[in-house]
Order: sequence, then C-alpha cells, then structure tokens
Amino acid sequence: MSRELLTGNGAAAWGARLAEVDYVPAFPITPQTEIIETLANWFESGEMPGRLVTLESEHSMITAAGAAAATGVRVFTATSSQGLLYGMEMIFSVAGWRAPFVLVNVSRGLGTPTTLESDHTDVLAARDSGFLQLHCATCQEVVDTILMAYRIAEDTRIRLPVIVNLDGFYLSFTREPVELPDPALARRFLPPFDAQNLRFRASAPTSQGVAVLGGSPYSYFRYQAHLASLRAIEVYDEVADEFEAAFGRRHEAIEAYRCEDADILFVMIGSFATKAKAAVDQLREAGWRVGLARIRLLRPLPVDALRRVTSGARGLAVIDQNLSMGQGGVLHSEVASALYGHPKAPPILASFIGGLGGRDISPEELYEIAAETRKAIDEGRSPLPRLLFTRDELREIRKLQAIAEVERNELEVKR
Amino acid sequence: MNETAFKRMKDLPSTHLLGTGTPMCAGCGGLIALHEIYDVLGPKSVFVNAAGCMTLLSVFPFTPFRSSWLYTSMASAPAGAQGVRDALDILLEQGRMPPEDDLDVVVLTGDGSAYGMGLSSTSSAIERGLDFLYICYDNEGYGNTGHQASGATPHAAKTSTTRGPGGFSGYKKDLFSIWAAHQPAYVATVIGSEPLDLARKIEKAKSLRGPRLIIALAPCPTGWEFEPRDSIEIGQLAVKTGIWPLKEYVDGSVAHTVVPRRRAPVEQYLEKQGRFAHLFHPQRNDRLLAELQARVDGYWDSV
Ligand SMILES: Cc1ncc(C[n+]2csc(CCOP(=O)(O)OP(=O)(O)O)c2C)c(N)n1
Ligand code: SF4
Ligand SMILES: [Mg+2]
Repeated sequence: MSRELLTGNGAAAWGARLAEVDYVPAFPITPQTEIIETLANWFESGEMPGRLVTLESEHSMITAAGAAAATGVRVFTATSSQGLLYGMEMIFSVAGWRAPFVLVNVSRGLGTPTTLESDHTDVLAARDSGFLQLHCATCQEVVDTILMAYRIAEDTRIRLPVIVNLDGFYLSFTREPVELPDPALARRFLPPFDAQNLRFRASAPTSQGVAVLGGSPYSYFRYQAHLASLRAIEVYDEVADEFEAAFGRRHEAIEAYRCEDADILFVMIGSFATKAKAAVDQLREAGWRVGLARIRLLRPLPVDALRRVTSGARGLAVIDQNLSMGQGGVLHSEVASALYGHPKAPPILASFIGGLGGRDISPEELYEIAAETRKAIDEGRSPLPRLLFTRDELREIRKLQAIAEVERNELEVKR
Repeated sequence: MNETAFKRMKDLPSTHLLGTGTPMCAGCGGLIALHEIYDVLGPKSVFVNAAGCMTLLSVFPFTPFRSSWLYTSMASAPAGAQGVRDALDILLEQGRMPPEDDLDVVVLTGDGSAYGMGLSSTSSAIERGLDFLYICYDNEGYGNTGHQASGATPHAAKTSTTRGPGGFSGYKKDLFSIWAAHQPAYVATVIGSEPLDLARKIEKAKSLRGPRLIIALAPCPTGWEFEPRDSIEIGQLAVKTGIWPLKEYVDGSVAHTVVPRRRAPVEQYLEKQGRFAHLFHPQRNDRLLAELQARVDGYWDSV
C-alpha cells in the first residue's frame, strides 16, 4: 500500500490500473480527459498490458466497450456530460447485453447553456439504463469504488455494467491523499475476469443483442436485468465486507454521518457531501441534531438501507445537484418513492436544488436549509421546493446584462 | 484473380451455411447475396449488425447463422467490430484463447447505415486499420422502415418519401469511392445475380487483412416494386445496363471485373420496377430517361 497525492482523475486511472483492465476504448472530453491520457501513457510505456483505442465518438466508444466485454475481456472507459448523452443509445443497449464493465463518468452540467462545470444531470440521465451507479465523494473512494465496481459487475448473479461517478473539478482536478492498494492485494480482491459463456468463440457460437417479437420476451429480458440489478444490493454489501477485510476501509451503500439521534438529515450524493459534513459538525456544535445520509449506491437504490438510516429523523432535506425540468430534483423524488407509506418515514421531506453547473453551496446556505427543515418540522408541513440562488447572484447577472446592453447600444450609435 | 478456386459455376459451394425460414421477403436480393457470401466466408465468423431488415435474421431464440451474432445499433456496427476484434487480439496475444477459436469479424449493414448514419464509425474503423470485413447490402433505401429515400437512393426513384413526379431529386452517393479514398485493403461491388464474380471477391477479401469492404446491390421486391421471381433478372439487368458496375479496389487501383460488352439501355432495367413507373406512365419522361442514360454512359466513358 502506498500513499500518494492524486486528483480524482488520477485516482480513476489508478483504479483501472489496479483492476488490471485489458481494454480501454476512449474519447476525450473535459473534465475527464486526464483519465484516458494517464492510461494511454501507461499502455504506451508497457506499464499496463492490453490496449487503449481512441474511437471517433462516445457512441462508438460505448459500443466498442460493450462488444469487447461481451467477447470476454475486462474493459474500462470514461466520459462526461455531452459525451455520456452522445452515447446514450448505447448506454441502454449494452446494459441489455449483460456485458460487465466499468465506465467512469466525471459529472458536468449539460448544455444548454454550455458549461464545463459539475452537476449530476448528466449521470442521472443514465439512471434507467440498467447500468448500476456508484457515486464517490473523495479521491480515495474513486480508487476503491472502481475495484468494488468490477467485483459487482462481474458477479455471475449480476452481470451488468457499472457507472462510477465523480464530480468534475471538485474531485476530478482536486488533489487529495490517496492510499493506493497493493497490486497483489488488489488482484486477490479482484481476480481476473472469468467471462464463462459470455464470449464470441469459433468453437461456441452465440448471438447477442438479438431482437424479440412481442412484449412477452421483451418483458422477460427487461425483468431479468431489473432483478439482477436489485440483487446488486446484497452483492454490494458482501463486496463491501470483503473490501473492508482486505484494505481496512468500509464504503457503505449509504453513508450515514452522525445520523443516530438526528432530527434533520441532509440527503445527497457526490463530493458536496463533504461540505455538508462540515455543516453538520458546525450545527451539532450549536446544539442542532443534524446528520447526513449520502447515497453512494444509487442504482440499484438500497431502499431498506435508506429507510433504516432515515427512520429516526423527523425531517429530510434532500439537496439535488440536478434539475428535472418541470418536476424538480431527481433525488428528491427517488427518496419520496422509497419512503412513501413506510411507517417510520420522516414526516417532512424538503427539496432544495443547488450546485448546478459548478455553483457552490455555501455553509450559510446549508445552515439555512437546516433551519427551513426545522421550521417545517415544527409546522408539520413540508415546504415548497427551493432553487438556491442569492440576491447577489441575481444582481451580478443583471449587471452583465446591463453592460451587454450598453455595449450593443454604443455599437449601434457608431453604425 | 488467377489462383481462384472459383473458375466455373460448378466450383461454387454446394452446401449452404445459412439456414432457411428467415423473415426476409421472398426474392430478397440482399438475402441471396448474403447466402453466397456466407458460403465462401465460412462459419468461423461473428456478424456485427446494424439496424435494418437483416436485424430480423436473429430473432430470439432462433438464428440462421452457424456463427456468432452481435446486434449493435444503426450507427455503430463498425465500432462493435472494433471492440470484438480488439478483445480477440488481446486474448490471442496473451495466450488466453486458442488460435483456432479466432473469428473473422464481419459487419453487416444496409445502405442507410453504410452511406449515412454509420459512415463516421466506418471511416474511423478504416483509418484505424481495423481487420474486418464490411458487407453492405444496398437496397437503395431505408427498407426496414418502409423504404424511405436514403443516401443510396438513385436519382428519380420513387420511395415512401419521394412520391412526386420526378421521384428522388438527389443522386446516389458514391460510397465505393468514399471507401476507396481511405485506401483500405480491399473494396468491391458485388451482386447476388453474378455469383462467380461475388465468390471470387469474397475469396480475395478473405485472403487479405485490414479493412475490406463489400457493397452488394440488393434488388428489393418490396421497396423497388417488382415480383419476387424477377429478382435475379433485375440484378442481371443492373449489370448489363451498366447501372451497377462490378469492380474492385486493391493495391491503390480500381479494376472492373465484369464489363458489359454491349450495354443494354437503362430503360430495360428501369421499366421492370414500380419505383420508376412514373418515368413511363402516364407518359414517357424522355428528358429524365435521357439524363439517366447519359449518366451511365458518362460513367463508362470515364473509366
Ligand atoms: C438511431 C436509429 N434511428 C432510426 C432507427 C429506425 N430504423 C431501423 S432500420 C432503419 C432503416 C435502415 O436502413 P438500411 O440501413 O438501408 O437497412 P434496410 O432497412 O434497408 O435493410 C431505420 C431508419 C433506428 N433503429 N435507430
Ligand atoms: S424490404 Fe427489401 S431488403 Fe428488406 S427484406 Fe424485404 S426484400 Fe429484403
Ligand atoms: Mg436499405
């Protein structure tokens, strides 16, 4: 085991290296590119056996990833944002091939407007694809989660591809100390991929991705994939146990931070949970009983664990770094559907949208979210969803618009 | 092509590899070509398919192939071939698979995919030197969705989206030249009604490595509006009239493998198909017919 200062992207590349992946189909996109550049150098120098091939698009990249996995090698790939959406047809398709591989998504807001900075709308668009989804909050988790992801993906009870998500900029470009697992230990934890009958061979012809006629066989295969995905809840826990035994770090499907006696819980995914933890500590010091439930395993959604973690609370404040237009926060509705009708569900469920396109969520805003949730608990009524945006931000936007207006008028006068 | 095993018709394979009972239409020229190609190619292959009529060859739980099959999408069959080929190479290099388990990777798509949506992934596969065989069955339209005009539709043809008196206003894209401009190992045009020429070309493609691309003109009774029993005759007329030149690109130059000695008038080909009926009824469109003839003559004058 060695300790290194790594960016989230560096950690992702190390995860792939320690997983001894055979094949990396690639395509550049900010903020993911450092991952494939790092891997390309390792393949080039012979430090990693196997190959990296740059395709001409993410649609092709994901096709090649699924096809290679279906031929029986261990595959890794990475993308972000527009790239994930460009490949979305194949995200859904390859999940149906039941060909396990790991795709790292470095979250970035979707156009329009165009941005390079982070939010989760991209990765949540793949929510219903059949890919499992694991969300990281630290660089350490990125390495660890990739190793765990291969174990889960390749498990014969599952056989589904996995997206490991890390936030653009906040994790991708942030250096943190990371314990790199010893390669021999990593290999013991994650032995070479045994594809069994998942392969194309002259001696054993198979058909993959075939058409069906009618809703019955279609439903049959869709249900099979769904049930396999649900099984990943229990397989995740087994793999987390083994990971802890091997490396001494435990990664729960839902991280519960100071939840035991909490009245109010922040519920969120990704690296902003680190900010929420700091707010929890501050609020605790001020005598508030606040905690954080961070969902790491989003697909399958570990509903029982979510109910367990939240059962003592009186109010949940779900913070969504995504926006489903015309509906609101995706995580909010996920949590609502998981808890609705459950006898121990907290009576108050509040929704906050923030952190879109890299916008920060300040400690003050987190305190305000807690205060609003407490008020709702006292009043016995969940508040309307809130879109985080300050008066200062609005003033800045208005100022830019005014400057643009003045400049345009000046140009028109000159003409 | 001196060392060919296919000197006469009787040299063609007599056992057929592709099973029967597929949902293709009767008289499907694409299926005829596929039969002939597969017999020469042999069963040690994996077909990587794009959306089109032939996607329905493998419908759960049946397949007419003795080899493997992977359906991908309309745009990305060559990328699927890339993934399979790379994985097989890695397994071979690392001794994780016996060499006799290796496969020929074959992309099988229609013209809509080859000339349009899949062109970018094909171009890139060629540029990467991918070792694969691409078979495009060209029925000159989006057949599976009801024969709308595609980039392969010939000038003046009626399709579901070009029903006006002039038919399709565009011109058939020259995919052969587009492919050849990439300087791949091999490009050829074939047609099921010329089985000897077809067999020799597949034989040659099989002997080469790298990107090898075949366009098979695929007379389509359903989309072109003719009787299934006329499929072979229409194919023969496509060659005799010079509308479908049989040629190959290899080692940097193009050679015509069948040159019609005296070209029949294109009318003979056109009048047999409902999609060109508006050129003859209610009255002859002499201007358009002359233009179509002139284009074919111009092609042959230039080669
Ligand atoms: C991305 C996408 N868009 C549209 C379709 C609908 N579609 C299915 S087959 C087809 C036509 C394909 O045409 P071609 O490649 O010429 O094959 P053919 O149907 O003629 O055999 C279309 C448009 C699809 N499957 N995928
Ligand atoms: S529509 Fe044409 S190409 Fe498609 S199966 Fe029928 S005859 Fe063949
Ligand atoms: Mg077609």
